Parts: sequence; structure tokens; C-alpha cells
Amino acid sequence: MAEAAAKTDPTEAMIAALDMPAATWAKPAREDALARLRTMGLPQRRDEYWKYTRPDTLTQVNAPKAAVLVTDEAPMFDGVDRLRIVFVDGVFDADASDDLSLEGITIERLAAADSDLHWAKNLYGVLETRGQTPVERPLAALNTAFATDGVLIHVTGKPSKPVNLFYQHKSETSDAILHHCIKVDAGAEVTILENGPAAARFNKVMEVEVGDGASFHHIRAQGRDHERRAVTHIFTRLGSESEFRSFTMTVNGQLTRNDCIIELTGDDAIANVAGACVGDGDFHHDDTIFITHDAVNCKSRQVFKKVLRNGATGVFQGKILVKAGAQKTDGYQISQSLLLDGDSQFLAKPELEIYADDVACSHGSTSGAIDEDALFYLRSRGIPTGEATDLLTLAFLAEAVDEIAHEDLRADMTARLGAWLVRHRS
Amino acid sequence: MLSIKNLQVKLEDEDKQILKGVDLEIEAGKVHAIMGPNGSGKSTLSYVLSGKDGYEVTGGSAELEGVDLLEMEPEERAAAGLFLAFQYPVEIPGVGNMTFLRTAVNAQRKARGEEEMSAAEFLKVIRAKAKDLKIDADMLKRPVNMGFSGGEKKRNEILQMAMLEPKMCILDETDSGLDVDAMKLVAEGVNALRSEGRGFLLITHYQRLLDHIKPDVVHIMADGRIIKTGGPELALEVETNGYADILAEVA
Repeated sequence: MAEAAAKTDPTEAMIAALDMPAATWAKPAREDALARLRTMGLPQRRDEYWKYTRPDTLTQVNAPKAAVLVTDEAPMFDGVDRLRIVFVDGVFDADASDDLSLEGITIERLAAADSDLHWAKNLYGVLETRGQTPVERPLAALNTAFATDGVLIHVTGKPSKPVNLFYQHKSETSDAILHHCIKVDAGAEVTILENGPAAARFNKVMEVEVGDGASFHHIRAQGRDHERRAVTHIFTRLGSESEFRSFTMTVNGQLTRNDCIIELTGDDAIANVAGACVGDGDFHHDDTIFITHDAVNCKSRQVFKKVLRNGATGVFQGKILVKAGAQKTDGYQISQSLLLDGDSQFLAKPELEIYADDVACSHGSTSGAIDEDALFYLRSRGIPTGEATDLLTLAFLAEAVDEIAHEDLRADMTARLGAWLVRHRS
Repeated sequence: MLSIKNLQVKLEDEDKQILKGVDLEIEAGKVHAIMGPNGSGKSTLSYVLSGKDGYEVTGGSAELEGVDLLEMEPEERAAAGLFLAFQYPVEIPGVGNMTFLRTAVNAQRKARGEEEMSAAEFLKVIRAKAKDLKIDADMLKRPVNMGFSGGEKKRNEILQMAMLEPKMCILDETDSGLDVDAMKLVAEGVNALRSEGRGFLLITHYQRLLDHIKPDVVHIMADGRIIKTGGPELALEVETNGYADILAEVA
């Protein structure tokens, strides 16, 4: 009977195929998430928030195969002095990782943290649960229930270097579920770097609690292996006078869905989320952002740029919700795509919902081709078409890349995007 | 240097003939000016020579030092030594003026099989040339032509010309939108580039520019043809009497 139900219900089929890790302090949160997942059910095409991105390959029981790309290009962040934590196909690799001790920060593996009174008990699944309203995010609940590992990072000071989560992909069939919790204490600061193709299919949740006056910087490079699929969620809550900055560069990927759910709950906080992506062929990239202003005098900024060619698809769903009482809100949102040919498409759904009367919110979304006049101008000075197109394309992406505060990383990202454009010239 | 024979051009999308047989020979070291009423085909001539889309050559030829220009891509024409100073220089957000110029200089050098200019050498050269044109460091750093005044845009065109050192320079209404001081600066920039090996074609409505850049030959263009050719005095005649007399005389 149960088996028959599982065959007809994809949610039950998926649940039946997964094992919940052994009982620890996280057990109540995992069981609660499982119950919520059962109620919601896995996303389907007809769901409002999955209208532009087919969830099928994310919700089928087995991950579709993804070839492992062999490349001699150095991984992102190689030149940065950082504390590196390595996961191979979603499994922590102690030998490849650095020693986890660093002043001003404690880092533990989710799978190894067994204390009953763990601080993460107040965070694991908590922000994810809050982020399920008003929009359901069942794949994040699935993650909370079944995540096999991740890191629990407690930032108490100002660590001397960034923490780098490096996700290697070595198996064609790997299906990884990781869940990270990051708590940044009042006045503390941290930079988290994330990179690597991770797995054939990757489901990742990051919950970030940013304390009063604290600062959280996140720079991510999702790239290389094209056949991979990923769904990622960032859930964050910001205290007063705190700052959250997140930038994502995506190159290649048959399916990437990046959700970022931000709650500004303390006055005078700043949230800045940006992304640049380049895709060719059956590339599909979806940025889904939800920012809630629930405090006075907060600023939020979203800058997303997509370069699409040869039939690639880009999706942007971005919402700013200003609650009653969130006066002096300053919200800005821009999403733009550059379509390098007539086959590619960009689907955008910008939304504003405002219940306060003293706010400044703006949003814009555009989709266009290379400016022919600019192209001719460059060519008339002797710059060949390919190089001129790349210059204009990088200029288009620059507005998003410029959101990265670190100059060296900005230059490195630009160089990598440039190299990708050269490799993918028509 | 530049040899144009019976050049005939129509708009690609419309059945409209713009150039109806233009003949023009510009020798190295000489400055030619083309004047003419609106719609005579002056700007079209400059666009066709530099390779802009939207035009169809229906007859005739245009050669630079014996090489067929019309068969080449715009970037190949530039590398061969042709330069067009635009009437309306294009604003390019996100591309730094300096990056643009260095990419252009090195692309041309590469196309000609020459060694690329190093960053240090480039910086030294551009600083000196920018100073002559009163272009400050900020203008060099800013995105190409973004937020430039009309005069700054035209000076930036002359800076590009100075950096690229073309053989044949076409200036399309470079005097439009310039005040007297800016015109002097631009003219000085052009005059500094006059040399035995370089030809110039100035396209202009007014005699004004020709007070500052003395032409060797002046042509009058009307209805897609060059209808009269003479010395600098021809420009003065136009200034005094307008085009009506010349048009009547030819008709």
C-alpha cells in the first residue's frame, strides 16, 4: 500500500529514497521539516514560483548523470589567503581541508556536532521555516530534513581570513544535500567564499543570522561543469545596523536555481545581493529573491545581470516586501539580460509590495542585444568583432561585478568571465 | 592615397540612391575638404568608406593605397590605416576610455603583424598626447564618451586619431557643436598630425573650421556627386554666397 502510494506521489517517493541522519540535537528540526515537506509537497510546474523553471530534475528520485569536467584552469579563490573546507560530492574531505581553528570563529561539521545544547539548535531550520511564508520552498524543507552534512560557523570576532567552502565534483551520479548555519555575533565580521560544481545534483541551504552591527560578506562562484543541477537557498535575518552582501557568479550549468530570502528586522540594516551569469545552449539559470523590510531606515539592493547565447534561458523573480511601519525604506532592484542571439530568452518577474508610506523603492528589468552603434564604433577603431563584443559584454556585466567590495576578487571574476566569453565566441 | 572612382551607393533597406558617382583622389600629405548642403551625401560617403552597415555599394570603387576598402571589414579598414572621426561619437558605458584605446592600438598592431605596445609605454604616450588636447586623467579613466560635453567628445576623437596614427583621416563634421576655443584645440590637434605621409578629408558645412585647418583642395558635393572642385577660395565663396550660385552654375 505504502509502496503504491510512493509510486504515484513524487514527494513520498523522494522521502522513501532518503535517510534521515542519526538523531542529534537537530532531530526535532528535521522531523518538523519533514512534516512541512509532506504538507507542501515537492514543487511542480504549475506552482507560481516554478513557472519559468522546470523542477522535474530536482524532484525526481535519482539525480540525472552529470559529466565531470576536466580543466586545468585554477579554481576560483586560489590566490586568496583563506581557511579552506572541502566537500567532495557533498562529503567532507578532512585531508584536503585546512585545520578548522581560527581566532574569532568556531567551525564545526554538522555531522559531527552532537552536543545536545548546541547553539545551532536556535538556527538550524529556524530561518528556513520563517522563509516558507508567504512563499513555500519545499526543496529547502527537504534539505533541512535530510542534509547529510554542512558547517556550523559561529563568528564571535573578526577572523583574519575568509572561510572558503570548496565543493568538488568527482562522481557522475552524486546527489548532495548540505546545510550550513552561520551565526555572526553583534559587531562581528566574516567573509564566506563558496565555489565549485559540487555534485551532479546539489541541494544546499545556508541560514545566516547577522547580529546587530555585524557584517556578513558572501562571494560565490558556481561554475565549470555544465551538466550539473543545483538548487540553493540562503535564508538570512539582519539585526540593526548590520550588513549582508552576497555576490554570485555563475558560468555554465544545465539548471541552477538560487533563492535568497532576506529579512531586515533591525533598523538601519543594509542588504546587497547581486549576480552575474553567462550561459550557452541548454543553460538555465534562475535567481529568485525575496527581501522583506520589517524595520526602519533599511536599504536593500539587488543587481542581476545575465548574458545568454545560443538558446540559453535566464530567469529573475525578485520581490521587495515593505511591511507597515518599515518607514524610510530604500529598495532598489535591477535585472537585465543581454541576449547574444535571437534564440535565448530572459523571463523576469519583478515585484514590489509596499505597506508603508514613506519609502523609496524602484525596480527595472530590461532585455536587449549588443548595441550596434557601439559595436561599429569599436570596430572602426580596429577592434575585431569578437573582441569588441566581449568588451561590450563585460561592460554589461560590470555593473553587477562592481558590487563585490574586494578589488582583487572583482578583477579575478572579470578575467574568468572574459575567458568564458572567448571560449564561447560564435 | 585614397582613390574613389564613380562610387555609387544606395540604402540597403530602401530603394534610395544616395551617392550617384563620386570621384575623389586624395594624395598623401594633402588636406581635402568636402562642403555641401544637407542631404548631399557627405556623411554617407564617410560611413561607406569606414564600413558601416545599412548601405549597398551599387557601383564604382574605393581604394586606400591600392587596396580595395569596400571588400574589408571595418576593423580591417582601420588596421589598413583608415580613421573616421565621428560626427556623433558613441557613448559606451562600462568600457574605460583607456582600456578602449589600448585595445584598439594593440588590435591594429596585431593585425599588421607589429609588436603590441606595453602598458607602461602606452601610458607614457597617451598622457603626453592627452595633455596637448587638454584631456585630463579623469576623462581618460571614464567610460568612453560617457558624460563628455560635445567639445570633450570631439577632442576624444582627435586623441584616438593621434594614438592610432592612421594614414587617412576622415573628419565628419568635427566642428559641429564646438565653441571657438574647443574648435581651436581640435584644429591644433589635427594640424599637429599633418604630415607628408598622411591624407585628410574634412567634411563640413561651414568655412569656419577651414580658417583653422587650411585645406589644399575644396570640393562641393550636391545630390550624391562632387559638382565643383577648387582651392581654399571656393570655401570662402560658399561662405559669402551660399550654395545656390554654385548649384545654379552647374545646373
